[in-house]
Amino acid sequence: MKAVLFGATRGIGRAIARELAARGDALFLLGRDEAELARSAADLRLRGAATAGFARCELLEPPGFDPALARAEAGLGGLDCVIVSAGIFATQAELEDDAARLERLLLADFVHTLAFCEGARHRLLARGGGTLCVLSSVAGDRARAPAALYGAAKAGLSHYLEGLDHGYRRAGLRTVCVKPGFVRTSMTAGLPEPPFAADPERVARRVVRAIDRGWPVVYAPPVWRLVMLAVRALPRAWMRRLRF
Amino acid sequence: MKRGVPVKLAGWGRVPVRGAEVVLDEDLRAAVRGVRLTRGLGRSYGDASLPPQEGARVAESRRADRLLAFDPDAGVLRAEAGLSLARLSDWLAPRGFAVPVVPGTGHVTLGGMVASDIHGKNHHAAGTLGAHLRALRLALADGRELEVSETHEPELFRATQGGMGLTAHVLEVELGLERIPSQWIWQESEPVRDLDELLERLSSASRSWPFTVAWMDSRARGRALGRGALIKGRWATREEAPPHAPRRRFQPTVPFDLPDWALNRASAWLVNAAYGLVSGRRSAGVVDPRSHFHPLDVVREWNRAYGRRGFTQYQALIPREAGPAAVRRLLEILTSSGEPPFLCVVKDFGAEGRGLLSFPRPGTTASIDLPLRGASTQALVDALNRCVIEAGGRIYLAKDALTRREHFEAMEGPRLAAFDAIRRRFDPERRLSSGLAVRLLGDPA
Repeated sequence: MKAVLFGATRGIGRAIARELAARGDALFLLGRDEAELARSAADLRLRGAATAGFARCELLEPPGFDPALARAEAGLGGLDCVIVSAGIFATQAELEDDAARLERLLLADFVHTLAFCEGARHRLLARGGGTLCVLSSVAGDRARAPAALYGAAKAGLSHYLEGLDHGYRRAGLRTVCVKPGFVRTSMTAGLPEPPFAADPERVARRVVRAIDRGWPVVYAPPVWRLVMLAVRALPRAWMRRLRF
Repeated sequence: MKRGVPVKLAGWGRVPVRGAEVVLDEDLRAAVRGVRLTRGLGRSYGDASLPPQEGARVAESRRADRLLAFDPDAGVLRAEAGLSLARLSDWLAPRGFAVPVVPGTGHVTLGGMVASDIHGKNHHAAGTLGAHLRALRLALADGRELEVSETHEPELFRATQGGMGLTAHVLEVELGLERIPSQWIWQESEPVRDLDELLERLSSASRSWPFTVAWMDSRARGRALGRGALIKGRWATREEAPPHAPRRRFQPTVPFDLPDWALNRASAWLVNAAYGLVSGRRSAGVVDPRSHFHPLDVVREWNRAYGRRGFTQYQALIPREAGPAAVRRLLEILTSSGEPPFLCVVKDFGAEGRGLLSFPRPGTTASIDLPLRGASTQALVDALNRCVIEAGGRIYLAKDALTRREHFEAMEGPRLAAFDAIRRRFDPERRLSSGLAVRLLGDPA
């Protein structure tokens, strides 16, 4: 498989890239720090990636998206899969007190992620299809007071990915919307750990499986599918009272 | 500066506990900016991985775990300092290589192994990890990044080996590897009757075996003192080894903290009796390297078995010139103290390494796990340390939690001065410090 990974120097993206490298896939990394990209590319080559090129691409600079994707496609000599794990996280309190930070998060996690996905969609469809795998979150499944703003961005993203799946699966575009629960990464370091917290390696194994099988939605770990089924069914009056 | 989060930190011994603002990030260069100390997986037992003051900033390296370069012809690897030994060994073994020196657990980072200049069962043959280090990439206290080796800033290179993270933040480690004929260990064990036999067999075994260690039954007293088992190992040949790689086993976890009353002389007796049944018999065969090098890693979080009051491991070295009588004195203090001694391990050391504060030198080392029980544990450690000072020996900082500064100075006087000079040169403001540095090196509290 020839895969482009946006945001694979860190967290879940790093773990997904290692899973793919271990089975010998050809990888191309996009990210904002070239020194970090170079180190991750070296790591992935040693772990078995057929190739591991990289180019700079910053989620807050959309004009760079298309040139970066073009370099990736040229570097790989083709394109089967685009995996987007780049994103920003902040707690509700941090976002409520800082309008600039909120704007940055909404731009990065929603507006620009969609813009990037649109670019990837065009390229994949032009080649006759492929997989677009994007990291959303269980936070987008049901609005909750402690994650209202971050969750709004992720809800929008999940909504968009479902639309893509409806619209383009027949044309050959397989969309995989990943909804992780709490994952132990540096993004969540220090946050109180809820039940079912998982390591990024475990989430990555499930994501790769979803890519291989073309699952449109994947919860990771899988127990979150049941949890969110219940949470979505809770009456609004209860949600107001529960502070989770 | 990276965002830090308030966390309660402790070493593997679980006590002492200190609050810290922990910076955990994949980008270690960014994480160490402005922090007082970098810690790995927190497997040192006492306060070596704790901040010097409550709430001080500490970086955790474990997310910086990338392989950076590997030359199979030269057998040299470079990786980020947060890579764990267990993960690295899993990657190396199918490629025909092993880390040439490994400690008693695989859950340590490369950076932590350098900072403690760890030794293993093959110290008599292979020396400490430092003997196999080619180069280190460091972040200095003033923010500069520096590559050090035997040819470039060798003083800092040597001081960082065994320097307990106090000379600089280790970013990358370049290491010479050992070629292995198979992924398995040929292990033989045999019972020994007493201390003389134990020391004699340990030293004769080390002439023909790369890996040797002795387990001592801490129930044995008087003439039986030193009764136990000698365990020898070497990499199995291709013919001896099974055709498949060792399988990953299920690892149970200690699910809760054992209550304090569970730790007493009776349970220590039981632990030693059980260990004697398993290992005190004559045996020979092929084993998984993980069970040879890291037998206790079979159970995750086994430190919880020592309860909330925690435990310490006392490890000291009696130099060869002090003779077996000094080893006997040390063990007698230990076994006659009334403290419940759990696992006791004895090993002979080869030549001294180049690390300025490196622990091993020719002689015999003994290590023992002791539950922390307040004043009586402190009194025992004081008594043991007096015996070590008299013999001209020293203690292993990675294990230590209770040694007093005056005792440490009596053991290490001249070496401390040289170490202090390096710290003054590269970190005159003492930006890098730790709980251990406050306790033993006189850093400001």
